[in-house]
Amino acid sequence: MVQLIYLTTLLPLLGFLFNGLFGSKIKNEKIIGIIGSSTIGISFLIVVGAFFQTLSMPVDQRQTIVNLFTWIKVGNLDVNVSYQVDQLSLLMGLIVTGVGFIIHVYSIGYMHGDKGFGRFFAYLNLFIFAMMNLVLGSNFLLLFLGWEGVGLCSYLLIGFWYDRKFEKSTTSDAAKKAFIVNRIGDFGFLLGIFLIYLTFGSLNFNDVFARAASLNIPQYVFNFIALFLFIGAMGKSAQIPLYIWLPDAMAGPTPVSALIHAATMVTAGVYMVARCSIIYASAPAIMEFVAIIGALTAIFAASIALVQNDIKKVLAYSTVSQLGYMFLALGVGAFSAALFHVMTHAFFKALLFLGAGSVIHGMHDEQNIQNYGGLKKYMPKTYVTFLIASLAIAGIPPLSGFFSKDEILWSSYADGNIIYWLIGVVTALLTAFYMFRLVSLTFDGKERFGHDKHPHESPAVMTIPLIILAVLAAVGGFIGIPEIFSGEHGNQFDNWLEPIFQPAQAKIAMFGVHSSLEEIVLMVVTLVGVIGSIYAARYIYIKNIKPAEKLSKRFNGVYNLLLNKYYVDEIYDASVVTPIVKGSEIVLWKFADIKIIDGLINGVANLIEKISGSIRKIQTGVAQFYALIMMLGIVAALFWIILSL
Amino acid sequence: MNIPIEYYLILSGFMFLVGVAGVLTRRNAIIVFMSIELMLNSANLSLVTFSSYMGNSTGQLFVFFVMTVAAAEAAVGLAIILAMFRNKLTLNIDDINILKW
Repeated sequence: MVQLIYLTTLLPLLGFLFNGLFGSKIKNEKIIGIIGSSTIGISFLIVVGAFFQTLSMPVDQRQTIVNLFTWIKVGNLDVNVSYQVDQLSLLMGLIVTGVGFIIHVYSIGYMHGDKGFGRFFAYLNLFIFAMMNLVLGSNFLLLFLGWEGVGLCSYLLIGFWYDRKFEKSTTSDAAKKAFIVNRIGDFGFLLGIFLIYLTFGSLNFNDVFARAASLNIPQYVFNFIALFLFIGAMGKSAQIPLYIWLPDAMAGPTPVSALIHAATMVTAGVYMVARCSIIYASAPAIMEFVAIIGALTAIFAASIALVQNDIKKVLAYSTVSQLGYMFLALGVGAFSAALFHVMTHAFFKALLFLGAGSVIHGMHDEQNIQNYGGLKKYMPKTYVTFLIASLAIAGIPPLSGFFSKDEILWSSYADGNIIYWLIGVVTALLTAFYMFRLVSLTFDGKERFGHDKHPHESPAVMTIPLIILAVLAAVGGFIGIPEIFSGEHGNQFDNWLEPIFQPAQAKIAMFGVHSSLEEIVLMVVTLVGVIGSIYAARYIYIKNIKPAEKLSKRFNGVYNLLLNKYYVDEIYDASVVTPIVKGSEIVLWKFADIKIIDGLINGVANLIEKISGSIRKIQTGVAQFYALIMMLGIVAALFWIILSL
Repeated sequence: MNIPIEYYLILSGFMFLVGVAGVLTRRNAIIVFMSIELMLNSANLSLVTFSSYMGNSTGQLFVFFVMTVAAAEAAVGLAIILAMFRNKLTLNIDDINILKW
């Protein structure tokens, strides 16, 4: 099975080609949907097979390189298309194909009747192809190929409904925003790859990481490599200051938001940093920087999510905030905790988005939560699954989010910096609050929609994926039960990933000694806060809205600041976009292009016209004049010959 | 009696000058054309002269070629003049100056 791993990229590619070429010709949605989903389903089975095969191997042999063909061979540069099957890539592969398959099936129902049905599945398959290359690639170039590929698919899918309005502009503007902001990050990532090649003379993970651990390389080189790679991660994983594209990415169809902008693509940055853990472990200053950015992003995005009214916007900011958690974990050196949260987050956030999609579907494209209310009696299945996901993200035991979030909080506390822990806890409280504000406004209370809306439960093809994900979101945390509860076996999830992060962990002076009592106390403190926060949200948004209104009136400035997302978009517009647009218009276009370049070309043309204008008069059209000139010429030539004799 | 070569050459040069004068000064296309023939024949005359003076027949042989080519050229030239006349109803070459800026 491990040797068949190339099928997990080949099948989605074939699916993409089939649906892309023939999708618009085939009128039958079933064929398109089954082909689009089954390619991913088979890929998932192959990854599962590879996982169990790897599991049966001895721990120190759990890395297999599947070499397909030589891609580039120039001088010292030797890049193969080869896949690295190990604990980390298998974990990511399972998430990508597993959650991907569920969302593909869901899309059959959600996209029913859309004129771009075939195109949608073609893009989704292309996305899985790129994402699998990203997580399986055994060198930085293949990782980068996947990295750019998922960016392209993200662009295509955000702008999928290219003829629709989105907020103040169109969906294609949102798509362009995502693409351009990602380019900024990608530029940093590319610089990082160049620097890696310059420093280590190879792009293969195994060579680079072995040399990073053994060679004597100056500190600042590590710092720069880590920083550049992290800039790439900032773009892809929506961290401050490059997070602005993700909320706008909600212009795409909801399954896309679930698959790309919640479960898989945005975690690519986390995967990449975890993959390069040894480089980051060698650059402690950048680790600190990663943690700071992560913590700031977590609390910043969570505060915006408190007041948003678009159901998908709330979830989008929630995603940004959860990604911040993951980077906080990476920054404090808890790599496997970050990946644990990647996994649980993939389950419950995909579920939340799909649930939101189900609500939007049932409410005829209404997305404002102020116009929902009391939907639980119309959509019981959606309500229950959504509630499970909300409890999971809030961190209620024994749901999956509790374990992963708790591990991150504990790691950030154990790292010795209480500020990170504090920010993490406040974010957890905010998360619980905005999630239950969302649940209460959507499913409970009075119905606030008009009589023209007839909410209905979604078809089985959509609710069954919800139920599967709900089960995963509920029990997915059990594979990572912390040591204090599971006893001598320790944390299974950490054990699985341990060989990958062992070199990095060895470099970081890890975790001062803390008693397990301390861990339990912290856990209980967080839990009490979260439950209080949930009750507050339910009380305010179901029973008595007055305190919230009073609060928003009292702190009108803060409320507006949050509602307008700290005016970050406006600040970027004023400080970056407008200067570039105006600068291009006034300096580059009106001056450099029109005055200098056009002026030069037109000037040369004018000069030649003036000169030729006076010379062309010689051509009179009188044949005898020509003959005379010729004659005189011959006479002159004769004279010259005779005289020179 | 033996006519010295200079006489022939002077005649040839004179004929050539007449031809040149005709080409440069006359306005009727036919006459210009005839003047060109005159120049051609003056060249023929000097070829024959030198051929006989040097005792070498190559020059005379060459004259035949020139005459053949001249006949063909006359046919083409006259055809052009005819076509020109049909278009413009004139043979005055001052009026036929369309090939200019």
